Amino acid sequence: MINASLKQLSQALAAKQISSVELTQLFLDRINRLNPTLNAFVTVDAEKSLNSARAADTRIAAGSGGKLAGRLTGIPIAQKDIFCAEGWRTTCGSKMLANFVSPYDATVIHKMEAEAGLVSLGKTNMDEFAMGSSNETSYFGPVKNPWDQSRVPGGSSGGSAAAVAARLAPAATGTDTGGSIRQPAALCNLTGLKPTYGVVSRYGMIAFASSLDQAGPMAASAEDCALLLNTMAGFDERDSTSLNRPLEDYSRDLEKPLAGLRIGLPKEFFGAGCDAEVMAAVQAAIAEYEKLGATLVEVSLPNSHLSVPAYYVIAPAEASSNLSRFDGVRYGYRAPEYGSLDDMYMKSRAQGFGAEVKRRILIGAYVLSHGYYDAYYLQAQRIRRLIADDFVEAFKVCDVIMGPTSPSTAFKLGEKAADPVQMYLSDIYTIAVNLAGLPGMSVPCGFAGGLPVGLQLIGNYFTEAQLLNVAHRYQQATDWHQRRPAGVE
Amino acid sequence: MSLTLEQVQRIAHLARIEISDSEALSTQGHLNGIFQLIEQMQAVDTKGVEPMAHAQDLSQRLRPDAVTETDRRAAYQAVAPETELGLYLVPKVIE
Repeated sequence: MINASLKQLSQALAAKQISSVELTQLFLDRINRLNPTLNAFVTVDAEKSLNSARAADTRIAAGSGGKLAGRLTGIPIAQKDIFCAEGWRTTCGSKMLANFVSPYDATVIHKMEAEAGLVSLGKTNMDEFAMGSSNETSYFGPVKNPWDQSRVPGGSSGGSAAAVAARLAPAATGTDTGGSIRQPAALCNLTGLKPTYGVVSRYGMIAFASSLDQAGPMAASAEDCALLLNTMAGFDERDSTSLNRPLEDYSRDLEKPLAGLRIGLPKEFFGAGCDAEVMAAVQAAIAEYEKLGATLVEVSLPNSHLSVPAYYVIAPAEASSNLSRFDGVRYGYRAPEYGSLDDMYMKSRAQGFGAEVKRRILIGAYVLSHGYYDAYYLQAQRIRRLIADDFVEAFKVCDVIMGPTSPSTAFKLGEKAADPVQMYLSDIYTIAVNLAGLPGMSVPCGFAGGLPVGLQLIGNYFTEAQLLNVAHRYQQATDWHQRRPAGVE
Repeated sequence: MSLTLEQVQRIAHLARIEISDSEALSTQGHLNGIFQLIEQMQAVDTKGVEPMAHAQDLSQRLRPDAVTETDRRAAYQAVAPETELGLYLVPKVIE
């Protein structure tokens, strides 16, 4: 059961081979045993989870379901601690929210629990306010990569990635602003999907950079991701950027043959700057796709080298605005001692935020300030347009773009923590996708030095079902995604 | 471009984050490293390029001007650092 797919779990629950309570307890026991070393979860509430599991068992017994989403009723899932969940401590990895118990549910949580009947196992560790690529900026300490516990799991959804990789949960939610689903998925041998911007509601998802943030699934396979996205996606009038589109079944095209698929290989993703062994694994995956009937075409994303600079203007600008809400008045941390109102703001924010979050707030405040706005913020937005236009051109001659997810495998804890710029460059292949608002995936495609390598798939707008199909067919021909780390049995 | 210590302190004040002199110094170093990265943008000619604020060029949706939320003041104030009689308490601003 520990390694079962969501489909297998769903069948076992429907056939009454196991109850949701038993299944939930099985994973809670693993969390109890393994989480003290991995630090993947920051909050577990067994009683709450078991209550949901009991409710799910009742629903299963009553035969409710029938709906597309109903198929996951009773299956446990880990929730990234960026999603507000009623009655659950919701910290976003920050001291600022260390004692915040959410009074409401994010739409993603509501859809997964109340509508689909999934059982939340707990809240997973993450970089503070999702700002990081290693999980080391969390107030609750770093997460260990189950493949090598001296290494990072990636970030910011590192707790979710480690939890699924070590099978403390069958699957998890993540969010991706610059690569935060795809990079940890790559570093932990998972399949992760960042949907087209606007497909999944951001309501109740603590905001980092609102024009880039998007939630998605992290799981062992593309098939699992498709089932999860079916429960997460959909229009939500509470999110002003939610797209009002007809509901889709994201697993509808999983089995489609890949004959004739045109794979675009951007020459900028295959040059210097990527670890040679990582590149070899990616090349081998592409060769496998040729065997599956795909054809290769070289494309160019000539402005992709500007994605990291533009991102580190746009994301901090939006963050400095979003995080101004944390002032010690309505919720969150308030300094124990202060004088005036201004002093209360200044001390609460100084003590409540960690170093990386403060850095990004300061960058944002600077690039938005009078006299610098045009040179930085507007220039970054113009470059964002150039980057998005590059993709439009590329998709005229190909169906899906492929390349590495991350330029290296999991790095050592502490290796990049002291140098923000080095850390930022670990997202060099993922950030352009967020700037353009496109869907992207990471799929396990081999190992380098015993550590997982991820293949990135980038699709045109709203082609999630096709991306999942492209990933699924590869996963039927290979078994990289089924490899499990040793030492976490 | 590089930020002076005074600029760092001024931005920190604008962002309402208290910063000590030693913190300002280390922050200055980090921020200047980051701005060096950002400066790559300045070499690009973007004349005539429309700034892209958003992934989908959509206009804001309007909704009917009707009450849709229920009153949950007690639940929302339960998570506040300090409240009294349904009000949030902060240091006195006007004497």
